[in-house]
Amino acid sequence: MSTPFYVSPQQAMADRAEYARKGIARGRSLVVLQYADGIVFVGENPSRALHKFSEIYDRIGFAAAGKYNEYENLRIGGVRYADLRGYTYDRDDVTARGLANVYAQTLGTIFSSAAEKPYEVELVVAEVGETPEGDQIYRLPHDGSIVDEHGSVAVGGNAEQISSYLDQRHQDGMSLAEALKLAVQALSRDTNGTQREIPAERLEVAVLDRTRPQQRKFKRIVGRQLARLLETDGASTEAESSEEE
Amino acid sequence: MDFLSEHQPELLPGKRQLPPTQGVIEAPHGTTIVAVTFPGGVVLAGDRRATMGNMIAQRDIEKVFPADEYSAVGIAGTAGLAVEMVKLFQLELEHFEKVEGAQLSLEGKANRLSTMIRSNLGMAMQGLAVVPLFAGYDVDREKGRIFSYDVTGGRSEETGYAATGSGSIFARGAMKKLFREDLTEEQATTLVVQALYDAADDDSATGGPDVARRIYPIVTVITEGGFRRLTDEESSGIARSILERRLEQPDGPRAALL
Repeated sequence: MSTPFYVSPQQAMADRAEYARKGIARGRSLVVLQYADGIVFVGENPSRALHKFSEIYDRIGFAAAGKYNEYENLRIGGVRYADLRGYTYDRDDVTARGLANVYAQTLGTIFSSAAEKPYEVELVVAEVGETPEGDQIYRLPHDGSIVDEHGSVAVGGNAEQISSYLDQRHQDGMSLAEALKLAVQALSRDTNGTQREIPAERLEVAVLDRTRPQQRKFKRIVGRQLARLLETDGASTEAESSEEE
Repeated sequence: MDFLSEHQPELLPGKRQLPPTQGVIEAPHGTTIVAVTFPGGVVLAGDRRATMGNMIAQRDIEKVFPADEYSAVGIAGTAGLAVEMVKLFQLELEHFEKVEGAQLSLEGKANRLSTMIRSNLGMAMQGLAVVPLFAGYDVDREKGRIFSYDVTGGRSEETGYAATGSGSIFARGAMKKLFREDLTEEQATTLVVQALYDAADDDSATGGPDVARRIYPIVTVITEGGFRRLTDEESSGIARSILERRLEQPDGPRAALL
């Protein structure tokens, strides 16, 4: 009969964190940026059907890097949580803070439970407010902690490099086209510093647009509209993005 | 929905035990809803009155709701239950759309509503029936479609026009004489207001346009571009022009004899 080796709790947690981080790093990174009229999600995604970004509720969007089946599971859980909240109370009572807390609890429980393998996912929950000051962005790493972010956030593969690039260049009050271009530049920088081209077909872009007249502010930007936004210069985009509706 | 029935069944209609009662429970009832298709879409409209017995319970109730971007429900019957049913229906369509990443087909939506009405059968037998009218734009077939229901959840697709509620008999008669296949959107919206006027004319539970209080029927249009509710100015414009013509001809436009 073999006796199990003693593994110190510190070591066990470090191993689990290492496992989760490696899993997340295999995926492509994605970025979430604030711009003048809302929040934009940009990522490289060769698939048209398996989305990295999705709508949770009226003003709340969801972005995830890592293993698809795991974050899809979390996404559906989030939609259920939000819809149930909104049905029981009121649509205004569904907040990103509440949702981020639920996700943190779930991820934290799974991470520290010995019976399960930790989820290899990193999430972003964003809520667009009436004004840019009201915007909220929460980053949820694999271990169940919550980080309250402002301006820009990157998750996935080389997230650290991308977020430092974004931190230096992101400003408040950017137009959608400016923010989008900055995001694409950040994503197309490789680890060794070289620049590569990401064609528009491989980009997945979505916005939470506070100027949308509908209650549901989430919108995917695809096809012609995306191409147009990528082409235009920063100056002439204000009028164009407002006439998109 | 399945999630809700597992986790919080008390939130679902039809899962509550009713105490046995004598006679009819008094609760506000919504009255007349009409719908008309036209090439390119469908119009759904309702009057603004809710009645409780022989009393007017509410003058400005809203009985036509968007179900999602391409469909709408108009409710007749017990107002409280109907509004809850619509809320749950909206929730379900939105939930499905978000989870699956695609909208339900129009048939799917209509079937779903049918099940919800059937689950209310117990209440209906105690006099608290809900009988909605469902209209939507079928994105696949590129046309407007109308579905009507009975209290048991029986569903039938209507061609051209349909009405439900206490004034529906009169509204249907009016629409039968006024309906044509080639209506424009504007003509269709006028037609539904005419039909509601005729319903209000002969049915005491249906409210006509209230010029003094500026309460006009709710008229909604669903086309390829999605759901749109006519603004107060637009619907009052239609109602006023009809009213003006009726001052000369109280029974409204006359159809040809042969």
